[in-house]
Amino acid sequence: MEIFVNGKNKYVQDSYSIQDLLVSMDIEGQRLAVEVNEQIITKSRHNDYFFNESDHVEIVHAIGGG
Amino acid sequence: MHDDSLIIAGKAYHSRLLVGTGKYKDLDETRDAIEASGAEIVTVAIRRTNIGQNPDEPNLLDVISPDKYTILPNTAGCYTAKDAVRTCQLARELLDGHDLVKLEVLGDEKTLYPNMVDTITAAELLIKDGFKVMVYTSDDPIIAKQLEEMGCVAVMPLAGLIGSGLGICNPHNIRLIKENAKVPILVDAGVGTASDAAIAMEIGCDAVLMNTAIAGAKKPVLMASAMKKAIEGGREAFLAGRMPKKAYASASSPIDGTFF
Repeated sequence: MEIFVNGKNKYVQDSYSIQDLLVSMDIEGQRLAVEVNEQIITKSRHNDYFFNESDHVEIVHAIGGG
Repeated sequence: MHDDSLIIAGKAYHSRLLVGTGKYKDLDETRDAIEASGAEIVTVAIRRTNIGQNPDEPNLLDVISPDKYTILPNTAGCYTAKDAVRTCQLARELLDGHDLVKLEVLGDEKTLYPNMVDTITAAELLIKDGFKVMVYTSDDPIIAKQLEEMGCVAVMPLAGLIGSGLGICNPHNIRLIKENAKVPILVDAGVGTASDAAIAMEIGCDAVLMNTAIAGAKKPVLMASAMKKAIEGGREAFLAGRMPKKAYASASSPIDGTFF
């Protein structure tokens, strides 16, 4: 199925979790926050949240800013 | 000087200088400048993780550790109340429930002047949601008071446009805001050099927040050190109380006892 991660489309298999996505991006365990369709999915749910078709995923972190 | 702490949302800080982490050459320079500034509260921005970026690259929060600093996520780049609230909620998740935020809702790309209607809307929503809001505002004394009465934990009027280095453009308004306030008043934006920071403190501001004045200096680490001293000097001058200005001279040496 197709999902959108930080504005870019990505094809993933069924039963694909947030944790699977973070591992595939090599950023698991980093300080970040995840939102699916503008709803925050807390860290404790990253393993058991499975994506649905056309989910819009935002993964954010802290960068330099004033 | 002891027991002159800055209290924000119930927490005491020794340093009255808050610094941003943007516009530095690299993370080493960021770390060195922040150390030299003596700041304890450090702002960060919240952005998408870059897809394809080298995952081995250090994260800002590895260099500026939340164990050592109070991290103050900002809502820079937000032009609506909705985007600002969403950014704060993501920041809270990112920082394991840390709920102190710097709210700024911008109105215009050219001036980055705050949109106060959306700022007030966002502040209401955030306070209701349990956030401790430090709010970037125009230097309007009435609006500043309203933000305090709503429950913002600190009110932060601009002294000049963000990143402009124009200095304290309207010290009279900053003074009016400070006179009426019961929460900390911080000058946020506009400081260009050390004397600007000292002036803000001499007016009576509780602290100053800056980024570009340090990061945009030719030697950022040295400027960070200069700002630390300017803030301390300005604060002590405020507490000491300056002498009154006079139109004419007043000799410092005694007139009696001259032998000529």
